[in-house]
Amino acid sequence: MTHPLPGPLLQMTGMTKQYPGCLANDAVNLTVERNQIHALLGENGAGKSTLVKMIYGVTRPDAGTVIWDGAKVTIANPHQAQRLGIGMVFQHFSLFETLTVAENIALGLGSAAERVGLRERILRISTEYGLPLEPDRVVHDLSVGERQRIEIVRCLLQNPKLLIMDEPTSVLTPNEAQALFGTLRRLAAEGCSILYISHKLEEVRALCSVATIMRQGRNVASCRPAEKTVRELAEIMIAADLSTPTPRPARVGTARPRLVLDRLTVRSPHQFGTDLKDISLSVAGGEILGIAGIAGNGQNELMDALSGEILAGRPETIWLDGQPAGHLGPRERRLAGGCFIPEERNGHGAVTTMTLAENALLSGFGQGGLVRFGLIDVGRTVAFAERIISRFDVRTSGAQAEARSLSGGNLQKFLVGREVLQDPGVLIINQPTWGVDAGAALAIHEAIMALARQGAAVLVISQDLDEVFVLADQVAVIAGGRLSAPVPTGSVTVEDMGRLMGGAAHAEV
Amino acid sequence: MSFFLVAFLVSTIAAATPLLLAAVGELVVEKVGVLNLGVEGMMLSGAIAGFATAHETGSVGLGVLAAIAAGMAMALLFGVISLSLQANQTATGLALTIFGRGFSALVGARYVGIPAPTLPKLHLGALSDLPVVGPVLFAQDPLVYLALVLLGLVAWGLRSTHLGLILRAVGDQHNAAHALGYPVLGIRYAAVVFGGALAGLAGGYMSLAYTPMWAQDMTAGRGWVAVALVTFAAWRPFWLLVGAWCFGALMYLSLYVQALGLPVPSALLSALPYIGTVVVLVLISRDARRIRLHRPAMLGQPFQTRG
Repeated sequence: MTHPLPGPLLQMTGMTKQYPGCLANDAVNLTVERNQIHALLGENGAGKSTLVKMIYGVTRPDAGTVIWDGAKVTIANPHQAQRLGIGMVFQHFSLFETLTVAENIALGLGSAAERVGLRERILRISTEYGLPLEPDRVVHDLSVGERQRIEIVRCLLQNPKLLIMDEPTSVLTPNEAQALFGTLRRLAAEGCSILYISHKLEEVRALCSVATIMRQGRNVASCRPAEKTVRELAEIMIAADLSTPTPRPARVGTARPRLVLDRLTVRSPHQFGTDLKDISLSVAGGEILGIAGIAGNGQNELMDALSGEILAGRPETIWLDGQPAGHLGPRERRLAGGCFIPEERNGHGAVTTMTLAENALLSGFGQGGLVRFGLIDVGRTVAFAERIISRFDVRTSGAQAEARSLSGGNLQKFLVGREVLQDPGVLIINQPTWGVDAGAALAIHEAIMALARQGAAVLVISQDLDEVFVLADQVAVIAGGRLSAPVPTGSVTVEDMGRLMGGAAHAEV
Repeated sequence: MSFFLVAFLVSTIAAATPLLLAAVGELVVEKVGVLNLGVEGMMLSGAIAGFATAHETGSVGLGVLAAIAAGMAMALLFGVISLSLQANQTATGLALTIFGRGFSALVGARYVGIPAPTLPKLHLGALSDLPVVGPVLFAQDPLVYLALVLLGLVAWGLRSTHLGLILRAVGDQHNAAHALGYPVLGIRYAAVVFGGALAGLAGGYMSLAYTPMWAQDMTAGRGWVAVALVTFAAWRPFWLLVGAWCFGALMYLSLYVQALGLPVPSALLSALPYIGTVVVLVLISRDARRIRLHRPAMLGQPFQTRG
């Protein structure tokens, strides 16, 4: 735009969207100024996703007016949104698994002219903005963090006027996030406004000049986030006083180890995966070990090797509650007292088209009486699901709701609840609060800590350093498939860890 | 020996051609995420439409065009039911096959046992007169070459063109393709109709060139073999050719063995090309990772615009 029109870039008034059984947006207003980084805040289920989907033309509003660049428009589909100059990085990535990085990006570009020299431009943008990508790798083999980079690079290639970012930093390391903030600030200065959706209130305070806060499908406030404290912002969002997680009493030093890895070495089944090399650790009952690291450094392989989805070969490499388990499959490991919560909620942690009760049964089959003589006791299964729902404040229409009808945070609370209520001796959890709102994250953290207090050994794999520091008694860093020696959390700083992760990762590449 | 070799190669290639045509069409259909099990029905419709038109007008060319049109019409019917009305694709495809068999038998009742003009073989002068190479490579009918050209074009198109990339994307993640602004339904319709055209052409080849006559159920399950080929070739175009030739070769050998009068039950020999082709393809494409990378993830799943 050489002569930008006066007035805001995007002005939406009275946006309303009714879904069956749920008024997702109720007369929502949103105004994004030019050159502005605008935060959209709210808990999961507050209606932020619905609102941005209407901006991007994925969902059609039932009512409301959209004024874009001074003219009234109806955004009928994403293609039109792109032509108007609206780009979006989704929270659940809209990537094609069997295609390469470059092919995925080529699909997002409209004309043949834009695709000229694409590989070189991908490489240039990815290095310029600190988003490393290999154009010829198949997406199937990439980690969540790497996938997100594809989405961001894809949008940046289109030179958008408005870039919508849904939870962009949830899988980035602090350094990566800082690099991204630099990018976003530069984009805003160059004339591209940013609509920034995040649960990380610190980030929003540092990055965004204005915030629109939503709750239960309505606007509740609009403010300058820098003038508020994180706590105030969070309280507006969830309309309740937040309680900080209760500090746990210092761990009893001599508890019996319940999870032991002895030189675990596993070849990754993925072509571009990370092999695990000589991983040894020991987690005692009552202890939480946090494993930090940049996406794609072997976290997924470690999770799969622990849950039994990849077999470790020799039985003696993994000990669950004193029992050699390296050769056991996921079912046997669960029967041996292990519980596992994978990173991906949809399709891995939960079968999205099954009801919550059915999902509860899938991993809770070892619970007393859910299955008798090979038959499912529906009554008890539903009761088990309902216990999870009430204990963990899962917002849903009930145990018969399909898993896919829940927002990310609520489904995650359900999945964590499902495992925690089985009272496992060993709990292993990967990315416990990825894409989860502040309230749900707090509930999940408290559940994990409570379980440890009862004497379980807990292993948390997370790319969110703050989370690792909040939860863990001991921390270690995974980089290039190797694990650093665990050290007590009090003896290192966030900055030390960040440097270790970054440095080790770069050395490996 | 040279006579045997020529007969073997010529008949292998001829028997492989309808299979190849239908399979290439079905490959494109499946690559966009649609499973059309109606190939057999579309082939039969093409066979009778081609034969009847050629017989009535005396023009083989018009017959071939009619075969293509019949396949496309059947495919369009499948599209309306399974894509627009979102009926289950498996059931719709089965129904299409049943319908095609019955309808072609009904229309074809008065064409049984009568002749029609036959697709001529090409004759390229001296080239066609070369020993062995001549009859095998340079004296086939035009559809044999067309099938190979189409295979090459589809393979290249899917791998190296932007259109092919869009087709693969729609088959891999239709919601994401929609989110990027691609007309998922339109692309699926186009692919389904293209598949129908090739299935119809395959049927026309059966009744105008391979065995120039009309008989009820004359495709004898080749439509099903084409569907199986696509799966067992793990959606890789050139393996379709391997499968089709394998089928053609086994077809010839089973007839040859029958002619020798060996004490092998003829039912078993007739089944040999079908079983043999599937066994061979299963053996050569067992790599789970490769199948995962080539299999369209949306295969058989209906697409619905939400909101």
